[in-house]
Amino acid sequence: MNPIFKHGPSPQHRLVLVLFCSALLIFFDHKMASFESVRGYLQSLVSPLQYLANTPKQLMTWASTNITTREQLMTENQQYRLNELGFHEQAMQLDILKQENERLRSLLASPLRSEIKKMVAEVISVDSDPYSHQIVINRGAGDGVYEGQPVLDALGIVGQILHIGQTSSRVILITDISHAVPVRVQRNGLRLLASGSGKIDRLIHNFVPQSADIKTGDLLVTSGLGGKYPEGYPVAKVSFVSDDESREFVRVFSTPVAKIDRLRYLLLLSEKEPQNIFAPKTRVKNLSTSVKVQAKAAN
Amino acid sequence: MFAYNGVIILFTLLIALMASIMPMPLSVDVFRPDWVLIVLIYWCMALPGRVNIITAWVMGFLLDVLLGSVLGVHATAMAISIYIIVVNHQKIRNFSIWQQALITGVLAALYHLVVFWLQRFLIDVVFLTSYLYPVITTIILWPWVFYLLRKVRRNFSIK
Repeated sequence: MNPIFKHGPSPQHRLVLVLFCSALLIFFDHKMASFESVRGYLQSLVSPLQYLANTPKQLMTWASTNITTREQLMTENQQYRLNELGFHEQAMQLDILKQENERLRSLLASPLRSEIKKMVAEVISVDSDPYSHQIVINRGAGDGVYEGQPVLDALGIVGQILHIGQTSSRVILITDISHAVPVRVQRNGLRLLASGSGKIDRLIHNFVPQSADIKTGDLLVTSGLGGKYPEGYPVAKVSFVSDDESREFVRVFSTPVAKIDRLRYLLLLSEKEPQNIFAPKTRVKNLSTSVKVQAKAAN
Repeated sequence: MFAYNGVIILFTLLIALMASIMPMPLSVDVFRPDWVLIVLIYWCMALPGRVNIITAWVMGFLLDVLLGSVLGVHATAMAISIYIIVVNHQKIRNFSIWQQALITGVLAALYHLVVFWLQRFLIDVVFLTSYLYPVITTIILWPWVFYLLRKVRRNFSIK
């Protein structure tokens, strides 16, 4: 069926309609951020596609793990045993140190550090959009993931949760151009801000004074100041410090310690009680009523 | 849209969506062709009554959700590129396959530039020439996708 005279609105009208819709979407999504919960549902809606798109890669890894030789497995096993021995020894020391640290902290009457819960997640897709650095992981609101939750790999900080779906969620990486982490230099405690540069192997540190004591090779760890990332996890290593003293600030670049371009298993840390975005919001109401009750009691 | 095996159209579009988010090594990822755009261009040229600007916009919107960009960015770019095809489909149909491939390349470049301009307007991104590498692969891919989809269309007699 191919009518010579077409029905329906003309292409021009359609284009205008569609552009108008896009402008509205962009405005409400970017400027007002009013799509947060809708994005959660959309993310859940498209997650089957993401799981499907990931299957070829999973088949490949499955095949490659099944084809390893016995000899390889044996050497690997031995290596793991040696590693485990080392880790055990360290863990024993850590336990003693932890107890000692807690005792000292309680002596100083400073707040005890709360235990951090961990959850393992796997990367299911990596975005091809060159303008943003994001990945999708196979954990969602159903597993207790919450927005802003810190994400790391075996070596250091990777990023934080951006949008949550029911079974998958989206992680923004520290190298994304719109992301920044508060860090400090491990050697001397100097505070810095590590902003993403849009390049996978570079973080930029702005507003570092000329007098700052910083040099190449310094390890930067999270300072815990922003309230998002817990304190003391490695973030990056300083890779470049300019020695041009005519500038107002020193130019400092660093390289993330996490292997941002080959992520597979990730660790999600949680300090606070997770809150499901899909659950009805009752907690806030309870809180306000209890505040009212307290106010009445005070009166 | 679903009469005369229209589901097949939807199916090819879904496969294109999947191909555009499939995880790839970084070095290959830069050259990832615009699968969704290519498939939409074919269907718009062959069956402008079935697949139109609205379809393109919805596909762009899904791409926005899948890629995590600001909602509406890819949708706008997709709709503008497809508009050009819809208006000129009678002419473009009669071109030879390589001329069509070149036109596809120009549209892919337009698509990427619109996405870049919008992103530039919203967040401070800087232009790298690598953002236009997909145009090359898209041009190379066009003849293959064209013959494959034509076969699909004739085989399932989608009208």
